Amino acid sequence: MAEQTPVKKIRVGWFSFSCCEDNTIVMTEVLNDHWQEWRKLLDFCHARVLKSANTLEEMDVAFVEGAIASDKQVRELKEIRRLAKKLVAVGACAVMGMPSAQRNYFNEHQRKQIEFLLARFSALPKVLKVAEVVPVDVEIPGCPMDPHDFLSKVNALVKDFQEGKL
Amino acid sequence: MHTFDLTLDRVTKIEGSAALEVKVKAGKVEEVHFRTTDYKRFYTQAMQGKPVIALPQLLARICGTCSNAHLLCSIEASERALGITPTPQTLLLRTLTMYGLMIRDHALHLYLFSMPDLFGKDAFLDFDENDPVQHQLLHDAFEIKAAGNFLAMLVAGRSVHAPYPMIGGFSHFPEEAGIREARAKLEAIRPAVIRLIKIYEEAPFHFDRRTNFMAMVPVRYGFLNGKICDSKGCMIEEESLRDHLEHVVLPYSQASAYKHEGEAYMVGSLARMNLAKDKLHPRTKETLGKTLDLFPSTDIYRNNLAQAVEILHSLDDAVEILSTQNFSPEPIVKGTPREAVGIGVIEAPRGTLYHKYHLHPDGNVIEGEIVVPTGQNQINIEEDIYRLVQDLLPDTPKEKIAFEIEKLIRAYDPCMSCAAHFLKVDWQES
Repeated sequence: MAEQTPVKKIRVGWFSFSCCEDNTIVMTEVLNDHWQEWRKLLDFCHARVLKSANTLEEMDVAFVEGAIASDKQVRELKEIRRLAKKLVAVGACAVMGMPSAQRNYFNEHQRKQIEFLLARFSALPKVLKVAEVVPVDVEIPGCPMDPHDFLSKVNALVKDFQEGKL
Repeated sequence: MHTFDLTLDRVTKIEGSAALEVKVKAGKVEEVHFRTTDYKRFYTQAMQGKPVIALPQLLARICGTCSNAHLLCSIEASERALGITPTPQTLLLRTLTMYGLMIRDHALHLYLFSMPDLFGKDAFLDFDENDPVQHQLLHDAFEIKAAGNFLAMLVAGRSVHAPYPMIGGFSHFPEEAGIREARAKLEAIRPAVIRLIKIYEEAPFHFDRRTNFMAMVPVRYGFLNGKICDSKGCMIEEESLRDHLEHVVLPYSQASAYKHEGEAYMVGSLARMNLAKDKLHPRTKETLGKTLDLFPSTDIYRNNLAQAVEILHSLDDAVEILSTQNFSPEPIVKGTPREAVGIGVIEAPRGTLYHKYHLHPDGNVIEGEIVVPTGQNQINIEEDIYRLVQDLLPDTPKEKIAFEIEKLIRAYDPCMSCAAHFLKVDWQES
């Protein structure tokens, strides 16, 4: 009997920057119905919420939630972009910056209250959406993201991968 | 003698982002810093000038997993500021919202974050479907989470940033078909929850330490109303809680810490079980029998068992409410804007949550304050790591020390959204 060739899995990273991680929670709820299928299709090479042994190396798809609040996060995001064939911005903070970027719109009084903390932790003067730092291939808006929209975009990426289009 | 710095840049399998630094000199632990590394999003400042009606949905965005707890705490604080008394039906729907949250959130922690430590796995998704026990647990986990998620969607519209609960009531009411389906799903997971309780009852991890436990003790173990008690016999009204907490600035962390009467204390499921286990649902108590004799406990790892028991209680009480109550549309109770201070206190999955707003007569917020559970556990966690590392020296390999620290942190279920999977362990020996 011929040996079955193992199906090549899509290498996926899940990254969270400045946000409440609501999309991470929605993703873990989507897992309730799709975990068996995803175990066969997806190889989570980096997902701190799911595992400890995370590696930052070349991947097919990087999902990025959250806005970008520091130079360190800018460097990390650029590295993720360099390593990922496709980058998906997930949720409102990644796609449009808000609500994590609410300090960008503070008045003078509010700004004075927080400026010592921005200095202490070397935060950026303005919080950025992901597309202001790196090119984004796919956007999944929402606060939190809509699970059906997420699934349909994941399925489209899986199809592209299986057809060799990634 | 051992002298080294241990740096854990990112704790994994927790909610949010945390790091840890431990300094050891000549065999003695000199310093432990458990840091929240999530960048501040300044909700306390952002609420200033906003109309009170905007607060619940804004402040739910503080946290993804505790979202519905912030939502309900914010609604409670807002209603108290506006002089609104919610209807009995509204209180029941909020209780059900909390039960959906507890089932979903505790299951996420117990299966996906903590259980890999028990089975020597890196991730829950690495469990072996060909192993009968692990196969069962994989299916149990996602069925329990799905049932909690279904309950939250039925009652509140969503598990995360729920749209139906609002100041003065609900904007949508569960229908009979959904109620029937929720009851069936909850009853179906009951055997799985009992298996989960058994696993954590028999778990071999222990870390015993004396501390003061604090929780709101309710009439109904429903997480929403009651008096705040501690294990020394102190009893505090909700509106006075903040007077009993001392804010501690941690210059190395993005988060605040708190002490109570000059000492560290612990909030969360273990505190609730230690102080209020007699308030659990009668069916839960009957099923668990002697298991509940394990409480009160000073073993931090019993927080996992306490969470598993709270899943069963949430399930049993939710089934009773859904079986005995009729829900019908009610108008939203309106309040009048006035200058007032409103305080909301609830028991979130990880412990006591406090929102306080000072309203201007025009209904806009002058200022506010929020105290979250992990800030209250912060100093307790640091004290525990200090002792844990000291106890493990000098014979334990560093990698094992790092693993034991992460494991203990995960037992607290801290909410930093990713803080229990340490990404990188950087040892600098001198």
